[in-house]
Amino acid sequence: MSSQPLVEIRDVNFSYDGRPVLKGINMTFHKGKVIAIMGGSGCGKTTLFRLIGGALKPTKGQIIIDGQVMHELDEQGLYAMRRKMGVLFQFGALFTDMSVYDNVAFQMREHTDLPEEMIHDLVMMKLHAVGLRGTHALMPAELSGGMARRVALARTVALDPMLILYDEPFAGLDPISLTAIGNSIRRLNNALGATSVVVTHDVQESLKIVDYIYFIADGIIVAEGTPAEIQASDKPFVHQFVHGEMDGPVPFQYPCRDYNQDLGVNA
Amino acid sequence: MERTTLDLWVGAFVVGGIVALAILAFKVGNLSSYNVSESYRLKASFTNIGGLKPTASVRSAGVLIGRVTEIKLNPEHYEAEVTMSIDKRYQFPKDTLISILTSGLLGEQYIGLKPGAEDEMLKNGEMIKQSRSAVVLEDLISQVVANKAEGVK
Amino acid sequence: MPLARSIKHIGHRTINAVWRVGMSTRFFVLILLNSGLSFRRFQLTVKELFFTGVMSLIIILVAGLFVGVVLGLQGYETLKSYGSESALGTLVALSLVRELGPVLAALLFASRAGSAMTAEIGLMKATEQIAAMEMMAVNPIARVVAPRFWAGVISMPILAAMFSAIGVFGGYLVGVVFIGVDEGSFWSQMQGAVDFKHDILNGVLKSFVFGVAVTVIALFEGFDAPPTAEGVSGATTRTVVQSSVVVLLLDVVLTAIMFRGV
Repeated sequence: MSSQPLVEIRDVNFSYDGRPVLKGINMTFHKGKVIAIMGGSGCGKTTLFRLIGGALKPTKGQIIIDGQVMHELDEQGLYAMRRKMGVLFQFGALFTDMSVYDNVAFQMREHTDLPEEMIHDLVMMKLHAVGLRGTHALMPAELSGGMARRVALARTVALDPMLILYDEPFAGLDPISLTAIGNSIRRLNNALGATSVVVTHDVQESLKIVDYIYFIADGIIVAEGTPAEIQASDKPFVHQFVHGEMDGPVPFQYPCRDYNQDLGVNA
Repeated sequence: MERTTLDLWVGAFVVGGIVALAILAFKVGNLSSYNVSESYRLKASFTNIGGLKPTASVRSAGVLIGRVTEIKLNPEHYEAEVTMSIDKRYQFPKDTLISILTSGLLGEQYIGLKPGAEDEMLKNGEMIKQSRSAVVLEDLISQVVANKAEGVK
Repeated sequence: MPLARSIKHIGHRTINAVWRVGMSTRFFVLILLNSGLSFRRFQLTVKELFFTGVMSLIIILVAGLFVGVVLGLQGYETLKSYGSESALGTLVALSLVRELGPVLAALLFASRAGSAMTAEIGLMKATEQIAAMEMMAVNPIARVVAPRFWAGVISMPILAAMFSAIGVFGGYLVGVVFIGVDEGSFWSQMQGAVDFKHDILNGVLKSFVFGVAVTVIALFEGFDAPPTAEGVSGATTRTVVQSSVVVLLLDVVLTAIMFRGV
């Protein structure tokens, strides 16, 4: 880890209505890397994600992006910071009332005074990068799920962000789209010299493309390391997760009363 | 949708709204008789105005020439003081007779002006001397009943 | 303790209702504060004007015509028994301009455009489009909500005026063309009774107030909807019910202020 950190998460705690979701998270994202945050469903991944985006404030601790503490920024500062970020939402979140072209052009029109011809060229370049230049006239409803995700990716990188956040980019995709998205994430990150954070539970796909992995369970980091370290790990939780075993440290049964008691059988 | 088509539709929509409002104003409402020319004010006092209301019409020989603008009670004489705004094109002699009339048996009440013969004309803000109050139906009926009773005697 | 429970229930409902009123007022202020973009880039508002205004035209015009026709028929039947058929024009025009135009247009607008607004914004929220916009450093209130608000506020008086105008035409059609009321007295009595400031401008003012109320309710419900299918459908229903009740309530208040003591 020679490069300097872009994002530092220091001892972040977060609770929803007094229920702790994150308990003392420490992470460092270095420039130019692709980082995966993994964990079972409901482990606080998405919360962490929203904390990084500045949509939530941590109960304790701080998140420092590019030298600035996120929760100390005022609205203007936060908006300025968000212009340097790109976020890919779980199902793309394309604007359904705009064409593919207008979706990708959206941020350029909102945040820059570029002439329309230049926007046209930029949009075409971004769409070409995800292999969907031919869809520019279509509406989002006319795209397949995988295509919509790729258009959303083109929109996410429209203004060449320094930090790209992906929320479950692999959820609900066929194997071909999955590989296409995975490759695009890696390629775009390298091409833009950006830093990417992928929140996912798709172990196999992310092991192929990321540089570093954090495992979260019950609001704390239970394991971290490079893909090679993770695959070789003998920690029971990581082993269960990577190999997709049904029972293990994460039990199959939701905590409940004795089975016999629930069935009314007197043992 | 093409931007120009959108603009065209929305433009037509707004123009349609203005046309509708203009129809309401000139065809349905009375804007056509509103402030077409300068107006001047005349006053008159009545012992009883009946159901006369502000914005009631002022007519002479049946022609609309103005509107009632204000009605108040004169606290000295306990008479109703009515202010009207009259079209400047129509001037009336000093001895004009002003009366409160009813259109139809149960219709709206309005003011009628019956010009006199004098040469001098009424000026802005002047009070009309001769006035005839509204005919109140109840008074009329009781009068008739009283007359009948006398006839029986 | 069923009594304690129902009292608790009433308390909960009351607090919830007050909370919603407060939140929608705050939302309204937020819209006004973020309205700059709607006028700086008026094209955004024009686009929404098409969807709220132009698309509501057909229902407004058809309903207006029919209401006018019915007023003509019913009014004639009633006036005939007093021998004052010539007042038909007055009756049709005053009912439409003062009450039916603004109120019925607002009710139709609430169910045609208001519900669509709620559903659209609710779905944008459910599919994370609003969150995406926020993360792109674009304020969704300024970019999505305010143009819709202004489009609604501009459309409403226009639609109400059209409703009244075509309604009067409907009354004319029935009264003069079919029944044969004297055309001259139809129009002249109408013009004698309908005052531009007192009746027409007050009607326009009413529809403007209704426009503000309906669009704020529709947009608030959409923005506040839980991001699920039931959430959005529930919010759409609430939009129609609440805006109808609010329109009728405001009408009572406005009528009392405008047409009393004259």
